[in-house]
Amino acid sequence: MDKYIKLRFYKDRFFKTLIILFTVLSTVPLLLILFYIIKQGISTINWDFLINLPKPVGEKGGGIINGLIGTGIIVLIGSLIAIPFGALVGLYLSEYSRNKLTYWVGLSVDVLQGIPSIVLGIIIYLWVVKPTGHFSALSGSIALAIMMLPPIIKSTEETLKLIPGTIKEASLALGVPYYKTILRIILPMGFSGILSGSILSISRVAGETAPLLFTAFGNPFINTNILKPMSSLPLLIFNYAGSAYEEWHNLAWGASFVLIMMILFLNIVTKILERRWKIQY
Amino acid sequence: MENSILNVEHLNAYFGETRVLSDILLKIPEHQIIALMGPSGCGKTTFLRCINRLHELTPGARTEGKIYLVDEDIYKLNLIVLRRKIGMVFQRPNPFPTMSIFENVISGYTLNGIHLSKSQKEEIVEDSLRKASLWKEVQDNLHKKGTFLSGGQQQRLCIARSLSMKPDIILFDEPTSSLDPISSNKIEELLLDLKREYTIIIVTHNLQQAARTSDYTAFFYLGELIEYNKTQILFSNPAKRQTEDYISGRFG
Repeated sequence: MDKYIKLRFYKDRFFKTLIILFTVLSTVPLLLILFYIIKQGISTINWDFLINLPKPVGEKGGGIINGLIGTGIIVLIGSLIAIPFGALVGLYLSEYSRNKLTYWVGLSVDVLQGIPSIVLGIIIYLWVVKPTGHFSALSGSIALAIMMLPPIIKSTEETLKLIPGTIKEASLALGVPYYKTILRIILPMGFSGILSGSILSISRVAGETAPLLFTAFGNPFINTNILKPMSSLPLLIFNYAGSAYEEWHNLAWGASFVLIMMILFLNIVTKILERRWKIQY
Repeated sequence: MENSILNVEHLNAYFGETRVLSDILLKIPEHQIIALMGPSGCGKTTFLRCINRLHELTPGARTEGKIYLVDEDIYKLNLIVLRRKIGMVFQRPNPFPTMSIFENVISGYTLNGIHLSKSQKEEIVEDSLRKASLWKEVQDNLHKKGTFLSGGQQQRLCIARSLSMKPDIILFDEPTSSLDPISSNKIEELLLDLKREYTIIIVTHNLQQAARTSDYTAFFYLGELIEYNKTQILFSNPAKRQTEDYISGRFG
């Protein structure tokens, strides 16, 4: 009897150790990637690197300012399209959860999430770049906006669904019209959830290369006109890492470092906002 | 019977094809407390939600029949006007979590786009909180979030929020069922104060609560109004067999 209980005890121990082991293992790739990129990239990083344009092959130095500005603009325009759009769709899905339309839209959103980003790039090339006749930052933003939609819609829907129905009823029982109840009561309550979903989706698309290859295309100079081709950090990395020159490889490492730091920063901001603006009900 | 403020005539309520209230006929007198009691699923909450037309919010829900507020058909009244005249307090306290205590009390005005001067707002807030006997406890913390209050205080905040609209009738849907006994007592005392100015309709599972606080009691069973009378008479000398069984604890 005693022996049997002891065996159970060891099995228990073994099982616990196993889950802890795998949990810790899952962080190893991230830590290795961070370590390697910091090691390779940190030596390239300095103020000049951040504020200069890339130099031609053979010249020392050179920076990534065109990519930084480009990523900023392309992602900003993409967010301006995707966040209001996605939040409204998420609102509909949470408000009319037993609707047929909701079912089909929810399904489409799931499928949209699974569409490879390169395919989106090609589609936007056909729909926007070809008809307008030239590559443009705007077309890149549209491609990224489509990628951002599913996570924004899902996080909005999930956040709003958690809000107790009686709060909505309290507002309606005061004679407040439906649209005002949504705008003044429900959306403010879901604000932190919608925001954190949006920031996460930004950090996800900020590093996308494939949808920009055929749309924003890249640009060796600083460009702020969204109707013209524009560079971005991932495009820079893609072009420089694929080249044969040692200096360009260094540029690519430095740019990777900056990009990863940006994404890390956004993720941390999201966590802080989630905690700070959490609404108790 | 005193002047009636609410006349319910042949009210039927449905969820889809299911009839949950059949042919309810009742008059509600002014400045009295009317308790609606009955076992779970008897339709008392549905009846309450018909009065301010929240029932229709549920997809597939509809009603037949008439309800008159004094002499106005509530189905012809503007919804906003109706709900300002008939306030509601819910089962669980539900202050707006993004708003302070002050903003919660005045929210019926701000959310409906009614502009008031600062002093008018302050007057309404103080007056409503006093009537809800919450003023003394919160007067120094008016700009803190309402959700920091205790459950009983939150419920009184919700009562103050209803009172601020100066309604004629206030509907209470089991307002003490999520509260501890002391908080419940406070709410019950409050109801007795409030009936001087308002007509109160309260759904309750608690027989003692109905007996203690109400002037009239309506007993619902399986969607029908079985008996409606002065509370004292209904509890001491019920006319119907089902009522007697229910109040003596034989079912429900």
